[in-house]
Amino acid sequence: MKAKPLLFFACLALVGLLAFTGGASQSPKKPQIQDTVKWPAKFGFGRTATAQEITAWDIDVRPDGKGLPLGQGNAAAGKAIYALKCAACHGAGGAEQPGVKLPAPVLVGDTLAKSKPKSIGNYWPYATTIFDYIRRTMPYNLPGSLTDNEVYSLTAYLLSANKIIKQETVLNAQSLPKIVMPAKRLFIIDDRKGGPEIK
Amino acid sequence: MREEKQNKKISRRTLLGGVVAAAVVPVSTSFAKYIQIGLPVDDPTKKIGPGPGKLGKRSPFEQPFKKPSDISSRTPLQDLYSTITPSDLHFERHHAGIPNIDPQKYEMLIHGMVNRPMKFTLADLKRFPSVTRTCFLECAGNFRTGSENMTPQDILGLTSQSEWTGVMLSTIFREVGVEPKATWFLAEGSDAAVMTRSVPLSKGWDDAMIVYAQNGEAIRPEQGYPARLLLPGWEGNMNIKWLRRIEISDEPYMTREETSKYTYPVKDKIRMFSFEMDARSIITFPSFPQKVERGWIEIRGLAWTGRGRVVKVEVSTDAGRTWNDAQLQEPVLSKAHTYFRYLWQWNGLATEILSRAVDETGYTQPSLKQLADARGTASGGYHMNPVTAWQIRTDGSVLFKPENWKS
Ligand code: HEC
Repeated sequence: MKAKPLLFFACLALVGLLAFTGGASQSPKKPQIQDTVKWPAKFGFGRTATAQEITAWDIDVRPDGKGLPLGQGNAAAGKAIYALKCAACHGAGGAEQPGVKLPAPVLVGDTLAKSKPKSIGNYWPYATTIFDYIRRTMPYNLPGSLTDNEVYSLTAYLLSANKIIKQETVLNAQSLPKIVMPAKRLFIIDDRKGGPEIK
Repeated sequence: MREEKQNKKISRRTLLGGVVAAAVVPVSTSFAKYIQIGLPVDDPTKKIGPGPGKLGKRSPFEQPFKKPSDISSRTPLQDLYSTITPSDLHFERHHAGIPNIDPQKYEMLIHGMVNRPMKFTLADLKRFPSVTRTCFLECAGNFRTGSENMTPQDILGLTSQSEWTGVMLSTIFREVGVEPKATWFLAEGSDAAVMTRSVPLSKGWDDAMIVYAQNGEAIRPEQGYPARLLLPGWEGNMNIKWLRRIEISDEPYMTREETSKYTYPVKDKIRMFSFEMDARSIITFPSFPQKVERGWIEIRGLAWTGRGRVVKVEVSTDAGRTWNDAQLQEPVLSKAHTYFRYLWQWNGLATEILSRAVDETGYTQPSLKQLADARGTASGGYHMNPVTAWQIRTDGSVLFKPENWKS
């Protein structure tokens, strides 16, 4: 008998709870996370990564040069490596050749903003990106097979072929981040946030 | 000979059990007679079908397929009846093929501006509180036009929707202790492209996930097995598959995919960091190459936005002169494909049918002309979300209406 009012209140509480979660799930952004107990400060799953493990995978290069390795290279050396390891897909000089359909994108063009096709000279805002991209995934058929010196040389060759640096420029961790790419001034960050305006 | 064959059949049937065998005999005899005179047997009530199996498969009458090219494979949107894309029909876009990753050897590294750099195995990731959420994925280059003979799959097939399960990235952030000065993180895949993208840290705290399951089972290899990044509503490329590393940083890395790719000319500038996918919709029925008959037609389609919920889909059946609200099929989820329906009585005259989505920020899906006016004609194919139209001919044929905007 005594249980009845209790049950009644329990039902009320349940209704209240449902109403509450119902309201909360209306919030468009955050998915609902609720647990029976408070979360611990740390769950204690996983382990500390060692310095060697981090070095083995940490291959990224930032525009400020963070991540660039020791070593150096120049366009002359890069030209020879390019002929051997890149030309088969990207074409002899890396530039667009009329009537030839290459299996890989054009790498060499000019630095004029309106030129086509898009290439390093007219569309890449940071020189460090060339190094980062070639080192992580080129040549396409043998990704990750180049030495850091080879990547510096190939980067120098492509920058010089696009008329951004002089042929004799030596690229290393200090000089590469200093290069100002012609396309950089064209880039703007999307500032749209929704709303009625079409931009 | 004939008798013998019949007996064989019967004895196979009797394997089903002695009790029913007697009842089966006469049926089976006349049934066998039909087979022998070569008539098609299409009465399923007269034939015992195959028994239970280990793995389900589609009816042989249903043959939805993805449409692959060298670099991507497109979802058959016209074959979907609601908002979930069957996992084997999920669109694909990868830059150096699908890696084969042993889940026992899989590890995810998180380091950079953290208190404690850590590695997590797949089993570790699964031990954290798990969250399930339904949302769409869409390639930022999802729009093709140029021919009347295009299906929804050809036009907009680089989007799909799944129910994803995994751990909130914020849970992992808490575990490693993210430094207060951090503002970005880099996500990296372990495919041969070692795909990388920079992501604002706020997205990681908001609703980003590391997911290991898709539609109730382990994620498919093409979708990032054994674990991928999920950034609800944001361009597909950033949802790094085969996730192996997250580096917390205080600036973006300016990777190739966020500078020379996935950016687009807007007038005299090049716009970058367009992360949220803009609202859009497409009518998936009727569509090319279907044919319609005059009378009642329920127009159906999908609408979605990366900025929250779709609040309205409008349909025009008079080539864009007037617009009416379509029914939104529940559930209408945030950053998710939403199914819409609009009942229409076609009088048999040639016309065009269109749909346009409105999202919760008050944004209305634009026309191609509005987009070209705002961005110029050199804008390319990224983040193009124009209203599209189907032409209905008097003979009932349905053709896409290609429009050109490129200079
Ligand atoms: C087997 C063919 C092949 C070889 C050899 C090859 N590449 Fe590539 N390269 C490609 C393909 C394909 C892409 C486009 C990949 C993508 O879009 O994901 C590409 C893209 C690039 C890009 C980016 C271009 C852009 O516009 O985004 C650069 C830079 C590049 N390769 C440099 C090199 C260099 C340097 C070498 C020689 C060491 C090389 N590639 C060898 C096929 C190749």
